[in-house]
Amino acid sequence: MINKAFSFCLTWALLLISVLANAQQQDTESGAVNQFFRSNGKIYVIVGVLVIIFLGIVLFLINLDRKISKLEKREKNNL
Amino acid sequence: MARHWWKALAILLVLYVIIAGFTVKIPIIGTNGQSSRGLFFHVPMWICMYTMFAVSVTNSLLYLTKYDLKRDVYASSAAGIGTFFGILGFATGTLWATYTWGGTLTDDPKQMCTAIAILIYMAYLVLRLSIHDIDKRARISAVFNIFAFALLIPLTYIIPRMVDSLHPGSASTPGFASKDTDGGMKMVLYPAFIGWTLLSVWIYSLVVRYKKLELKNIFK
Repeated sequence: MINKAFSFCLTWALLLISVLANAQQQDTESGAVNQFFRSNGKIYVIVGVLVIIFLGIVLFLINLDRKISKLEKREKNNL
Repeated sequence: MARHWWKALAILLVLYVIIAGFTVKIPIIGTNGQSSRGLFFHVPMWICMYTMFAVSVTNSLLYLTKYDLKRDVYASSAAGIGTFFGILGFATGTLWATYTWGGTLTDDPKQMCTAIAILIYMAYLVLRLSIHDIDKRARISAVFNIFAFALLIPLTYIIPRMVDSLHPGSASTPGFASKDTDGGMKMVLYPAFIGWTLLSVWIYSLVVRYKKLELKNIFK
Protein backbone atom coordinates (compact mmCIF):
# COMPACT_ATOMS: atom_id res chain seq x y z
CA MET A 1 0.00 0.00 0.00
CA ILE A 2 2.75 2.44 1.01
CA ASN A 3 4.80 1.44 -2.02
CA LYS A 4 1.81 2.06 -4.27
CA ALA A 5 1.18 5.48 -2.79
CA PHE A 6 4.84 6.41 -3.07
CA SER A 7 5.14 5.43 -6.72
CA PHE A 8 1.92 7.31 -7.45
CA CYS A 9 3.25 10.48 -5.79
CA LEU A 10 6.59 10.19 -7.57
CA THR A 11 4.93 9.73 -10.96
CA TRP A 12 2.77 12.77 -10.38
CA ALA A 13 5.68 14.93 -9.23
CA LEU A 14 7.73 13.99 -12.30
CA LEU A 15 4.74 14.53 -14.59
CA LEU A 16 4.16 17.96 -13.09
CA ILE A 17 7.76 19.03 -13.48
CA SER A 18 7.79 17.93 -17.11
CA VAL A 19 4.56 19.82 -17.82
CA LEU A 20 5.93 22.97 -16.18
CA ALA A 21 9.19 22.61 -18.05
CA ASN A 22 7.48 22.36 -21.42
CA ALA A 23 5.74 25.66 -20.78
CA GLN A 24 9.13 27.43 -20.84
CA GLN A 25 11.71 27.79 -23.59
CA GLN A 26 13.94 24.78 -23.98
CA ASP A 27 17.46 25.41 -22.77
CA THR A 28 19.80 22.62 -23.75
CA GLU A 29 22.84 23.95 -21.91
CA SER A 30 21.89 23.57 -18.25
CA GLY A 31 18.59 21.71 -18.40
CA ALA A 32 15.21 23.30 -18.96
CA VAL A 33 13.78 22.31 -15.58
CA ASN A 34 16.76 23.67 -13.69
CA GLN A 35 16.60 26.92 -15.66
CA PHE A 36 12.87 27.27 -15.10
CA PHE A 37 12.99 26.79 -11.36
CA ARG A 38 15.80 29.35 -11.04
CA SER A 39 13.94 32.06 -12.97
CA ASN A 40 12.03 35.09 -11.73
CA GLY A 41 13.18 35.22 -8.10
CA LYS A 42 12.68 31.44 -7.73
CA ILE A 43 8.96 31.90 -7.12
CA TYR A 44 8.30 28.66 -9.07
CA VAL A 45 10.05 26.71 -6.31
CA ILE A 46 7.39 27.93 -3.87
CA VAL A 47 4.65 27.13 -6.40
CA GLY A 48 6.07 23.59 -6.56
CA VAL A 49 6.17 23.32 -2.77
CA LEU A 50 2.53 24.36 -2.45
CA VAL A 51 1.43 22.08 -5.29
CA ILE A 52 3.08 19.13 -3.55
CA ILE A 53 1.45 19.99 -0.21
CA PHE A 54 -1.95 20.41 -1.85
CA LEU A 55 -1.62 17.14 -3.78
CA GLY A 56 -0.68 15.43 -0.51
CA ILE A 57 -3.85 16.70 1.13
CA VAL A 58 -5.88 15.63 -1.92
CA LEU A 59 -4.42 12.11 -1.81
CA PHE A 60 -5.29 11.95 1.88
CA LEU A 61 -8.88 13.02 1.12
CA ILE A 62 -9.25 10.46 -1.70
CA ASN A 63 -7.93 7.74 0.60
CA LEU A 64 -10.34 8.78 3.36
CA ASP A 65 -13.22 8.83 0.89
CA ARG A 66 -12.43 5.27 -0.21
CA LYS A 67 -12.10 4.03 3.37
CA ILE A 68 -15.49 5.48 4.33
CA SER A 69 -17.07 3.97 1.19
CA LYS A 70 -15.66 0.59 2.17
CA LEU A 71 -17.08 0.91 5.69
CA GLU A 72 -20.46 1.93 4.28
CA LYS A 73 -20.49 -1.09 2.01
CA ARG A 74 -19.62 -3.41 4.89
CA GLU A 75 -22.37 -1.92 7.05
CA LYS A 76 -24.88 -2.38 4.23
CA ASN A 77 -23.97 -6.05 3.79
CA ASN A 78 -24.20 -6.75 7.53
CA LEU A 79 -27.72 -5.42 7.87
CA MET B 1 -16.54 7.41 -11.03
CA ALA B 2 -19.03 9.61 -12.91
CA ARG B 3 -20.48 11.02 -9.70
CA HIS B 4 -17.03 12.11 -8.51
CA TRP B 5 -16.55 14.65 -11.33
CA TRP B 6 -17.06 17.63 -9.03
CA LYS B 7 -14.25 16.44 -6.75
CA ALA B 8 -11.90 16.33 -9.75
CA LEU B 9 -13.12 19.80 -10.76
CA ALA B 10 -12.35 21.09 -7.25
CA ILE B 11 -8.81 19.67 -7.38
CA LEU B 12 -8.15 21.12 -10.86
CA LEU B 13 -9.50 24.55 -9.93
CA VAL B 14 -7.47 24.81 -6.72
CA LEU B 15 -4.36 23.58 -8.55
CA TYR B 16 -4.94 26.30 -11.16
CA VAL B 17 -5.37 28.86 -8.37
CA ILE B 18 -2.12 27.83 -6.66
CA ILE B 19 -0.10 28.00 -9.90
CA ALA B 20 -1.76 31.11 -11.39
CA GLY B 21 -2.05 32.78 -8.00
CA PHE B 22 1.72 33.04 -7.73
CA THR B 23 2.55 33.75 -11.35
CA VAL B 24 -0.20 36.04 -12.67
CA LYS B 25 0.74 39.70 -13.12
CA ILE B 26 -0.78 41.89 -10.42
CA PRO B 27 -0.72 45.65 -9.80
CA ILE B 28 1.66 46.65 -6.98
CA ILE B 29 -0.16 49.09 -4.71
CA GLY B 30 1.09 50.83 -1.56
CA THR B 31 2.22 48.74 1.39
CA ASN B 32 0.68 45.60 -0.14
CA GLY B 33 3.37 44.80 -2.70
CA GLN B 34 3.17 41.17 -3.74
CA SER B 35 1.05 40.31 -0.68
CA SER B 36 -2.05 41.23 -2.71
CA ARG B 37 -1.84 37.63 -3.92
CA GLY B 38 -3.24 36.74 -0.52
CA LEU B 39 -6.59 37.69 -2.04
CA PHE B 40 -6.62 34.37 -3.95
CA PHE B 41 -6.25 32.33 -0.77
CA HIS B 42 -7.63 34.46 2.07
CA VAL B 43 -11.03 35.43 0.59
CA PRO B 44 -12.06 31.89 -0.57
CA MET B 45 -11.78 30.76 3.07
CA TRP B 46 -14.61 33.15 3.92
CA ILE B 47 -16.68 32.01 0.94
CA CYS B 48 -16.33 28.42 2.20
CA MET B 49 -17.28 29.55 5.71
CA TYR B 50 -20.42 31.36 4.54
CA THR B 51 -21.44 28.39 2.38
CA MET B 52 -21.04 25.97 5.28
CA PHE B 53 -22.85 28.21 7.78
CA ALA B 54 -25.73 28.67 5.30
CA VAL B 55 -25.98 24.88 4.91
CA SER B 56 -25.86 24.59 8.70
CA VAL B 57 -28.64 27.07 9.46
CA THR B 58 -30.86 25.63 6.71
CA ASN B 59 -30.58 22.17 8.23
CA SER B 60 -31.22 23.54 11.73
CA LEU B 61 -34.43 25.13 10.48
CA LEU B 62 -35.42 21.87 8.76
CA TYR B 63 -34.64 19.97 11.98
CA LEU B 64 -37.08 22.17 13.91
CA THR B 65 -39.89 21.45 11.45
CA LYS B 66 -39.77 17.62 11.60
CA TYR B 67 -37.27 16.73 14.36
CA ASP B 68 -35.35 14.42 12.02
CA LEU B 69 -31.99 13.68 13.66
CA LYS B 70 -30.27 13.41 10.26
CA ARG B 71 -30.77 17.15 9.89
CA ASP B 72 -28.94 17.66 13.16
CA VAL B 73 -25.99 15.67 11.81
CA TYR B 74 -25.96 17.83 8.65
CA ALA B 75 -26.21 21.05 10.68
CA SER B 76 -23.48 20.22 13.19
CA SER B 77 -21.05 18.89 10.54
CA ALA B 78 -21.48 22.02 8.43
CA ALA B 79 -21.00 24.28 11.46
CA GLY B 80 -17.79 22.44 12.35
CA ILE B 81 -16.33 22.68 8.84
CA GLY B 82 -17.48 26.32 8.60
CA THR B 83 -15.71 27.20 11.84
CA PHE B 84 -12.59 25.42 10.57
CA PHE B 85 -12.53 27.55 7.42
CA GLY B 86 -13.35 30.65 9.47
CA ILE B 87 -10.29 30.06 11.65
CA LEU B 88 -8.15 29.56 8.52
CA GLY B 89 -9.51 32.82 7.08
CA PHE B 90 -8.86 34.67 10.32
CA ALA B 91 -5.34 33.28 10.64
CA THR B 92 -4.41 34.20 7.06
CA GLY B 93 -5.95 37.64 7.61
CA THR B 94 -3.95 38.36 10.77
CA LEU B 95 -0.73 37.28 9.05
CA TRP B 96 -1.48 39.54 6.10
CA ALA B 97 -2.42 42.44 8.41
CA THR B 98 0.85 42.12 10.34
CA TYR B 99 2.83 43.12 7.26
CA THR B 100 0.45 45.59 5.58
CA TRP B 101 -1.58 47.26 8.33
CA GLY B 102 1.24 47.27 10.87
CA GLY B 103 -0.48 45.13 13.47
CA THR B 104 -1.68 41.56 13.87
CA LEU B 105 -4.89 42.48 15.69
CA THR B 106 -5.81 45.95 14.45
CA ASP B 107 -8.82 48.10 15.30
CA ASP B 108 -10.33 47.18 11.93
CA PRO B 109 -14.07 46.59 12.57
CA LYS B 110 -14.31 43.71 10.12
CA GLN B 111 -11.48 41.83 11.80
CA MET B 112 -12.91 42.33 15.29
CA CYS B 113 -16.50 41.52 14.33
CA THR B 114 -15.39 38.38 12.50
CA ALA B 115 -13.53 37.24 15.60
CA ILE B 116 -16.75 37.65 17.60
CA ALA B 117 -18.76 35.74 14.96
CA ILE B 118 -16.32 32.82 14.99
CA LEU B 119 -16.40 32.76 18.80
CA ILE B 120 -20.21 32.50 18.67
CA TYR B 121 -19.90 29.44 16.42
CA MET B 122 -17.27 27.97 18.72
CA ALA B 123 -19.81 28.42 21.54
CA TYR B 124 -22.26 26.40 19.40
CA LEU B 125 -19.77 23.54 19.15
CA VAL B 126 -19.02 23.66 22.90
CA LEU B 127 -22.73 23.79 23.72
CA ARG B 128 -23.23 20.55 21.79
CA LEU B 129 -20.54 18.84 23.82
CA SER B 130 -22.24 19.81 27.09
CA ILE B 131 -25.59 18.08 26.42
CA HIS B 132 -25.71 14.28 26.40
CA ASP B 133 -29.37 13.70 25.55
CA ILE B 134 -29.31 13.66 21.74
CA ASP B 135 -32.82 15.03 21.18
CA LYS B 136 -32.34 17.85 23.66
CA ARG B 137 -28.91 18.57 22.18
CA ALA B 138 -30.34 18.73 18.68
CA ARG B 139 -33.18 21.09 19.64
CA ILE B 140 -31.16 23.51 21.76
CA SER B 141 -28.27 23.68 19.32
CA ALA B 142 -30.66 24.18 16.37
CA VAL B 143 -32.16 27.23 18.07
CA PHE B 144 -28.70 28.51 19.03
CA ASN B 145 -27.53 28.03 15.44
CA ILE B 146 -30.33 30.25 14.09
CA PHE B 147 -29.32 33.04 16.48
CA ALA B 148 -25.66 32.55 15.55
CA PHE B 149 -26.44 32.95 11.84
CA ALA B 150 -28.67 35.95 12.57
CA LEU B 151 -25.64 37.57 14.24
CA LEU B 152 -23.11 36.47 11.60
CA ILE B 153 -24.58 38.61 8.81
CA PRO B 154 -24.74 41.98 10.65
CA LEU B 155 -21.38 41.34 12.34
CA THR B 156 -19.46 40.53 9.16
CA TYR B 157 -21.42 42.34 6.43
CA ILE B 158 -23.40 45.27 7.83
CA ILE B 159 -21.41 46.79 10.72
CA PRO B 160 -18.04 46.87 8.82
CA ARG B 161 -19.72 48.86 6.02
CA MET B 162 -21.21 51.44 8.40
CA VAL B 163 -17.86 52.52 9.82
CA ASP B 164 -14.41 53.09 8.32
CA SER B 165 -12.51 49.87 7.69
CA LEU B 166 -9.00 49.02 6.60
CA HIS B 167 -10.45 46.37 4.32
CA PRO B 168 -10.50 47.72 0.74
CA GLY B 169 -13.83 48.80 -0.70
CA SER B 170 -15.49 48.54 2.67
CA ALA B 171 -17.73 51.55 2.18
CA SER B 172 -18.89 50.32 -1.25
CA THR B 173 -19.38 46.86 -2.72
CA PRO B 174 -15.95 45.28 -2.28
CA GLY B 175 -14.40 43.05 -4.89
CA PHE B 176 -17.36 42.95 -7.23
CA ALA B 177 -17.28 46.62 -8.27
CA SER B 178 -15.57 46.69 -11.68
CA LYS B 179 -12.96 49.28 -10.65
CA ASP B 180 -12.03 47.78 -7.27
CA THR B 181 -10.29 44.59 -8.38
CA ASP B 182 -7.87 44.22 -11.30
CA GLY B 183 -9.25 42.15 -14.21
CA GLY B 184 -6.33 39.71 -14.16
CA MET B 185 -6.87 39.04 -10.47
CA LYS B 186 -10.54 38.24 -11.05
CA MET B 187 -9.50 35.51 -13.53
CA VAL B 188 -7.95 33.73 -10.55
CA LEU B 189 -10.28 34.90 -7.78
CA TYR B 190 -13.56 33.54 -9.16
CA PRO B 191 -12.20 30.03 -9.97
CA ALA B 192 -10.74 30.12 -6.45
CA PHE B 193 -14.20 30.71 -4.99
CA ILE B 194 -15.68 27.76 -6.90
CA GLY B 195 -12.74 25.40 -6.34
CA TRP B 196 -12.40 25.99 -2.62
CA THR B 197 -16.17 25.82 -2.07
CA LEU B 198 -16.34 22.44 -3.85
CA LEU B 199 -13.40 21.25 -1.74
CA SER B 200 -15.18 22.31 1.46
CA VAL B 201 -18.33 20.49 0.32
CA TRP B 202 -16.22 17.36 -0.25
CA ILE B 203 -14.77 17.54 3.26
CA TYR B 204 -18.26 18.19 4.62
CA SER B 205 -19.68 15.12 2.85
CA LEU B 206 -16.91 12.97 4.35
CA VAL B 207 -17.70 14.20 7.87
CA VAL B 208 -21.43 13.57 7.36
CA ARG B 209 -20.80 10.01 6.14
CA TYR B 210 -18.50 9.34 9.08
CA LYS B 211 -21.04 10.65 11.58
CA LYS B 212 -23.83 8.62 9.98
CA LEU B 213 -21.74 5.45 10.35
CA GLU B 214 -21.05 6.37 13.95
CA LEU B 215 -24.74 6.83 14.69
CA LYS B 216 -26.03 3.96 12.51
CA ASN B 217 -28.02 2.40 15.35
CA ILE B 218 -30.15 5.52 15.60
CA PHE B 219 -30.88 5.72 11.87
CA LYS B 220 -31.81 2.04 11.46
